[in-house]
Amino acid sequence: MTSHAHIPNVRTLVIVWLALLCLTALTTTVSYLELGWLNIVVALAIAVLKASMVVWIFMAVRYTTSLTKLFVVAGLVWLGIMILLTASDYTSRDWTYQPQPWSHNAAAGASR
Amino acid sequence: MATLAHGTPEIAAEEPVNYLNVEHGWKSWLFTTDHKRIAVLYLISITLMFFVGGFMAVLFRINLLEPEGIFSAETYNRLFSMHGIVMVFFFLVPSIPATLANFLIPIMIGAKDLAFPRINLLSWYIYVVGAILTMYAVVRGGVDTGWTFYAPYSSTFSNSYVLAAAFGVFTAGFSSILTGLNFIVTVHKMRAPGMTWSRLPLFVWSNYATGLIQVLGTPVLAIVLLLLAFERIAHVGIFDPNIGGDPILFQHLFWFYSHPAVYIMILPGMGVISEIVSCFSRKRVFGYNFVAFSSMAIAVLSFVVWGHHMFITGESVYTGLAFSFLSFMVAVPSAIKVFNWTATMYKGSVSFDTPMLYAFGFIGLFTIGGLTGLFLATLATDVATHGTYFVVAHFHYVMVGGMVMAFLGGIHFWWPKMTGRMYSEAWSKFAALIVFIGFNLTFFPQFILGYMGMPRRYHAYPPEFQALNVLSSAGASVLGVGYIIPMIYLLWSLKYGPKAGPNPWGAAGLEWQTQSPPTTFNFDETPIVTEEAYNYGPLEEVIG
Amino acid sequence: MAETVIPVGQEPTAEETHLRHHFATPAQQMDAATLGMWTFLITEVLFFGGMFAAYAIYRGMYMDAFASTSEFMNVVLGGTNTAVLICSSLTMALGVRAAQLSNRKQLQLFLVLTMIFGTIFLVIKGFEYHAKWVEHLVPGFNFHYPIPQFERHAQILFFLYFCMTGMHALHMIVGLGLLSYLLIQATRKVFSATYYAPVEMIGLYWHFVDIVWIFLFPLLYLIGHRK
Repeated sequence: MTSHAHIPNVRTLVIVWLALLCLTALTTTVSYLELGWLNIVVALAIAVLKASMVVWIFMAVRYTTSLTKLFVVAGLVWLGIMILLTASDYTSRDWTYQPQPWSHNAAAGASR
Repeated sequence: MATLAHGTPEIAAEEPVNYLNVEHGWKSWLFTTDHKRIAVLYLISITLMFFVGGFMAVLFRINLLEPEGIFSAETYNRLFSMHGIVMVFFFLVPSIPATLANFLIPIMIGAKDLAFPRINLLSWYIYVVGAILTMYAVVRGGVDTGWTFYAPYSSTFSNSYVLAAAFGVFTAGFSSILTGLNFIVTVHKMRAPGMTWSRLPLFVWSNYATGLIQVLGTPVLAIVLLLLAFERIAHVGIFDPNIGGDPILFQHLFWFYSHPAVYIMILPGMGVISEIVSCFSRKRVFGYNFVAFSSMAIAVLSFVVWGHHMFITGESVYTGLAFSFLSFMVAVPSAIKVFNWTATMYKGSVSFDTPMLYAFGFIGLFTIGGLTGLFLATLATDVATHGTYFVVAHFHYVMVGGMVMAFLGGIHFWWPKMTGRMYSEAWSKFAALIVFIGFNLTFFPQFILGYMGMPRRYHAYPPEFQALNVLSSAGASVLGVGYIIPMIYLLWSLKYGPKAGPNPWGAAGLEWQTQSPPTTFNFDETPIVTEEAYNYGPLEEVIG
Repeated sequence: MAETVIPVGQEPTAEETHLRHHFATPAQQMDAATLGMWTFLITEVLFFGGMFAAYAIYRGMYMDAFASTSEFMNVVLGGTNTAVLICSSLTMALGVRAAQLSNRKQLQLFLVLTMIFGTIFLVIKGFEYHAKWVEHLVPGFNFHYPIPQFERHAQILFFLYFCMTGMHALHMIVGLGLLSYLLIQATRKVFSATYYAPVEMIGLYWHFVDIVWIFLFPLLYLIGHRK
């Protein structure tokens, strides 16, 4: 276990640390700008970037086996399955054709 | 356990050292890290829970003898709920993984133990704590929410002991996670030299797939039960429609675990059947690669079908459509398994030993259970059959007809390995027959009842359903007898059964190459694997 | 890499590597521990994931109410805490490095620093919770939202806030306990270049807890400051 262990470089760790701090400042600043739906996209993109840096360098996934990498990816994919399939229900509920009560302009309901 | 510990001293003089007689006293069991001893601890615990859950079933089947019911509606609701909770979380989920797989996986792959022996013991203690919490709920008066704990009934309206039961299930979940984690790491990292993935017994494959589901699904159950508990304690509103919370969200998160959980309950059983069918047909499993990968396919697909539990609960029709399609897809790998077992028997040298009888039972009953699952995965059919006895019959055909059959088959197959003793062949065949008959008498009428429209979870029913309900209750009593007989002759065999020898079935596989019962570290020296799994040669070689 | 201090050609004994009986080699033991830890972290991802899923669904439903809550979140404290945790991740990573290099003094130093940062985080979090209580923003116990039209839906966000940050804080507390254990073991000179798996594994856990906060910060504190 000693022979193949990767010993991280202090400089790399410090650079990542500084980058994480800068990105925190960036995400806070951006949240005060009006970007519409892009706000959440930017916020999540920055968070994903920060998390990736922690995983890749601090948690040293970069130097682990491809099996570990596969497990990390699988965990995220499963999280994605849970959120996306659940959200698919909520986003498509309104799509369903709802017949209007018929005193209530039946023609408008039918043409929807 | 007591029987084992006390039974060994008198024969210790003649018997070689094995995992059972190497140490004595309760401490040597409660502080053991030997996967085989932990498997025995689990076996005793889940058997107790099985009879607790079974007792509830006896009571509510008695209730259903009369159309107007014998107990009150409240009592009935609590009985079926506790039956479901105990059977699902405390028997079916740990049944094969925590006992047979715990015992066998390290031996099958040529390892000395699981990767994390102390975590294995911890998982048993966690299980016991969960079981005690749930038993506390039972003793205090039970839960009436059904095993599904649906909000907002469970969070706001139920007057029963929801919190104790939910925390019991929450706790038991961690035991399940730790078992799964242990299996995954063990299969990846502990295989003996030469034991490649394509040489793994299919039992190991299916339990590896089960481990993946346990690890990926169970945490979501934990968090959703925690949210439910907060909602019930503090009325925070997360599932309360009154302030904009959505009870359907509870169902989404609950079924994200609980649908894959039914594959936690059936996949290990499929692994057992692969072993048994191959051994008693004296043939390599037909299409080994397909059977192995179908386990993985089931594990993956099981996570994308949960919406079929919610077709009529307000879920979007479009989502329902997708879930319906995906549910049909999961039938493909299941069918591959059934066809391949059948093909294994074709032109094999089939013998009808007790484990094989259970395997036959499994294949037939699981096929019925699986195919009726397709009816329920069909959007239009589900509207009519949802919430009826059709669903009850369907999942009992899979869970009881499938998993319990496989569990009993596996116990009978590996009992000589676990205890070093043989049981009575005549009695065990008789019991297998009784279980099969009793099972069908109990649950087939429920298909008809469900099709005729009898809703599940009601303590009373219209008088025209009485004949079929009485038939079902009568069948349940036969089934109960079928479960008690093996208890008796298996316990009897511990003391009086003839010695089994290392390989009573002439089976292939590393577990049959070591002594029965195995030593603490399973093998005297780490085996080196040079051949594929199920390398059954011509018949005459095996008999010698 | 260049700093490796393992004497070449000198195999460490089983005692030095803490090799348990059922493993064949220290490398196998280390691989198993690493894979086990990552598998555990996956369960943690899905555990928190349930709450993130609930957050996503309700945010989609009640965006306006959720945006209105940002007025009551303390971005300065939240941002400070983010920075504090990032610092603790750095010291943790440096601690693992020190253990790999058998540098006991440095290891102890970085473990203590990590624990100090962790404690600062929890103290700040405590102040925030206290402020929420004073402002009547604790669902279920003490909730009165000043913007009447959002009162019902904002309650869901505040519940998720307490649930997610509370569960995160609980993980921090467990992490501090684990770090104390490491510190004791380090003082007993248990860790060296031949045996540092516990430091690395607990390090992974600590970084994971940091990652959770990296997502919680923008999702809970920065929803709607734009006016």
